[in-house]
Amino acid sequence: MNEDALLVVRDLAVRFNGRRGAVHAVNGVSFTLGRGRSLGIVGESGCGKSQTCLAIMGLLAESAECSGSILFEGDEILGARRRRLDELRGQRLSLVFQDPMTALTPHRTIGQQLCEIVQQHESTTHADARRRAIEIMDRVRIPDAERRFDMYPFEFSGGMRQRVVIAAALIQRPALVVADEPTTALDVTVQAEVLRTFKAVVEHAGTSLILVTHDLGVVAGTCDEVMVMYAGRVVEHADVISLFSKPQHPYTQALLACRPDLDAAHTARMYTIEGRPPDLARGEPAGCSFEPRCAHATQACRTSRPPLEARSPTHRVACHLSPPAES
Amino acid sequence: MLRFLGSRIAILIPTLLVIVTLSFFLMRLAPGGPFDADAQLEPEILDNLRRAYDLDLPITEQYTLYLGRLLQGDLGPSIGNKDYSVSELIAIGLPVSLELGLTALLLATLLGAPLGIIAGLNQNRALDTTISTLAMTGIAVPSLITAPLLTLIFGVMLKMLPVAGWGDGAWENKILPLIALTLPQLSIITRLTRGSFLDVRRLNFVRAARSRGLPEWRVIVFHALSPTLTPLVSYLAPAVAGVMTGSIVIEQVFGLPGVGRYFVQGALSRDYPLVMGVVIVYAAAVLVMNLLADLIYGLLDPRVRRGMRGGARA
Amino acid sequence: MNQQLLDAVAGDSLTRAAWQRFRANRTAVAGLVMLGFIALFAIAGSWISPHDMETNDWERIQIPPTFEQSHWFGTDANGRDLFVRVSAGARISLAIGMLTTLVSVLIGVLYGAVAGFVGGKLDQFMMRIVDVLYALPLFFAIIVLVTIFGRNIFLVFIAIGAVEWLTIARIVRGQTLSVKQMEFVEAARSLGAPQSRIIARHVIPNVLGPVIVFSTLLIPTVILVESFLSFLGLGVQEPQTSWGSLISQGAGAIDTSPWLLVIPAAFLAATMFAFNFIGDGLRDALDPKDEG
Repeated sequence: MNEDALLVVRDLAVRFNGRRGAVHAVNGVSFTLGRGRSLGIVGESGCGKSQTCLAIMGLLAESAECSGSILFEGDEILGARRRRLDELRGQRLSLVFQDPMTALTPHRTIGQQLCEIVQQHESTTHADARRRAIEIMDRVRIPDAERRFDMYPFEFSGGMRQRVVIAAALIQRPALVVADEPTTALDVTVQAEVLRTFKAVVEHAGTSLILVTHDLGVVAGTCDEVMVMYAGRVVEHADVISLFSKPQHPYTQALLACRPDLDAAHTARMYTIEGRPPDLARGEPAGCSFEPRCAHATQACRTSRPPLEARSPTHRVACHLSPPAES
Repeated sequence: MLRFLGSRIAILIPTLLVIVTLSFFLMRLAPGGPFDADAQLEPEILDNLRRAYDLDLPITEQYTLYLGRLLQGDLGPSIGNKDYSVSELIAIGLPVSLELGLTALLLATLLGAPLGIIAGLNQNRALDTTISTLAMTGIAVPSLITAPLLTLIFGVMLKMLPVAGWGDGAWENKILPLIALTLPQLSIITRLTRGSFLDVRRLNFVRAARSRGLPEWRVIVFHALSPTLTPLVSYLAPAVAGVMTGSIVIEQVFGLPGVGRYFVQGALSRDYPLVMGVVIVYAAAVLVMNLLADLIYGLLDPRVRRGMRGGARA
Repeated sequence: MNQQLLDAVAGDSLTRAAWQRFRANRTAVAGLVMLGFIALFAIAGSWISPHDMETNDWERIQIPPTFEQSHWFGTDANGRDLFVRVSAGARISLAIGMLTTLVSVLIGVLYGAVAGFVGGKLDQFMMRIVDVLYALPLFFAIIVLVTIFGRNIFLVFIAIGAVEWLTIARIVRGQTLSVKQMEFVEAARSLGAPQSRIIARHVIPNVLGPVIVFSTLLIPTVILVESFLSFLGLGVQEPQTSWGSLISQGAGAIDTSPWLLVIPAAFLAATMFAFNFIGDGLRDALDPKDEG
């Protein structure tokens, strides 16, 4: 057991009982995150990455059934009582939401929303809380923080609102920040800026980061490790350099191949992955979930599910193909 | 803010004008009415009418005079009551109807909103099912059933409360009418609040507030409550209209001397000036309530309060 | 209407799924069954009872419900049999409910479709009128109309219908606006079809869905309005009767014969419940929202 491990997730499963049957949004996800490390989680829509984040934060819908274990700073937080979660959330671990336009309460000023966090977790004076709020607003590069303190969310642009959301997540200097597609809803021009600021503040404070995104470029620039998810399971997990230079799972290879190449001839066709992600309500196949779309699938892939195994200390893959397919 | 108000008032005036003009012409068209040459009315009343409605003048002049009188609050003479003008009758009945109506609205809101939130907090569990079913009953069962039923149970069978009459404002006489008048609105408001609360609870910023470690009571009171209650403001005007409609039946069943009762009597005796007078007053009241509701809504919305700094984005 | 077009437009699988959802909703089905019984009672009630509405049986006045002499619901102060009168009242109330709703729907659909389809200034003007009318307490308008033009039963139909079409007009206009953007309307227009034809054969079938749901909710409203009117004495006149008048008569006799109030009231309440359940069921079936 890694003593540096801040977060240990073991066999996490999240299930929803829908009208047509059970949907396993997350199905046996395990990973470890060390202090000060950043992990990127990538995958298509519906692969379970958001649900994993919500499970860590204890914010799953009431109808969700979960199993497995999530150890945060040594304590089990999956299924913890509300009181315990309230102590931890905002203080030791926090969440940055995807859509800045709806993540802030419209009828309260951002100053009120920031101070609320401070005063909830410690007993301070309002003046102190205000000072802390302005300080964090400065650090996430919100200009004119003193004046903006009394403004309402609607008076901010999208990028600025996201900075406020980030400020709220970091104001208590948590050990772990979970960010679910933090820049996806922003204008492309603003995305890079916000991301840069975010990364700088996180690194400076030594905070661990889980960054969920479908954008591989973001991951390459921001994370130490990358975990690729498909149909509720982890298919590959490696340090960022290994993943990008030597991807071993056909899905990862395909994802990388999908990126447009500036140097290719402009008439060259763009690469796409044939088929669609599986319907999670249909129940899982006996074999590998990616098999129907895999260019290298074999008979074994259809009949038995490949386990996630470590091919090296920093590289885990769930695939039967060994040696790994060449992309 | 001023511009916001101004546009609202600009709609109110033409609407009122339409109602008033309609009433002017309808009265003259009514078969068997006071303007019909064959009408069999007492000479005194006919005289009053002639004077009041200047029937010998050309119609355009009649109209202008009519408008002028309206602006002064003169709604014309009642043909059912020789001694009273319409304005006087309405003035007599108004305090009774107002007292009952406003109390009913207040009760409905003060009880309905918390009930709706409680139901929402316990969604699909026993408490919610009970409250929701009761609310549905209150909406489905009209006051023309509840009012007599209440009288039957509490007045006749249990003999606890008086069966009818205003009794000069004694509180015992007010209880049953109040209950009957409040029930439908209470049910609607409960349902409305419950729905609004459930919608708000699903919103992103509520989840975001939780993610910051705020306990549930704080999340509800400071983040969910305000957006839950604002739709109620939009319901204010329809609520007033609903209470006014309900009071007609209630006053009839319990024999209360309110405006609604005069209205019905006027309708039964074809006292057109009275009927039209009441309609004008009621319509004006509803329109004013609409304006008030819009005003309150505007005040509550921080965007309007800030005067919408020309859409300046920080 | 072109059956093929209707089918294509209605979406086979959608309606079948909706019907199944409706069938699964027990309260909705219960409502439907209850309504069925009441309708049956309305149609067959007078037929199975040996009495008629107006005969005064002076020897049996104000008797409570009994099997003797087949006065199953009892009699009133004039010795008239209540069973038959409630059945007649059911006929009137249900008939007014459905026919008036039909009138309202027709007016509303035409108005809304034209406003939505033509759009522009005409649409704005038409909708402005709707807004103005919407702001008024309509029950009062109905009373005024009935006062002025008399208490003929047809006038009651028309008065109510003339006032309740507003919401339908709004719904239809909204739907028309969104359908207008859809491709097959573009196609029809580019093929040279005249506007009236496009409205009749393309727009209106598509708009029927929400209109049907709303109509189901409108019928009880109309029945209620008619009951209120009759209760106040402004609705149907003797010798015809409706639940509203019966309740009014019953309310006047609660100290001597409470069944005269309770029985018609129970029928009215049951009908309201039934329509409420059906309406809720329809709404859930056509637009399911998974709560929680």
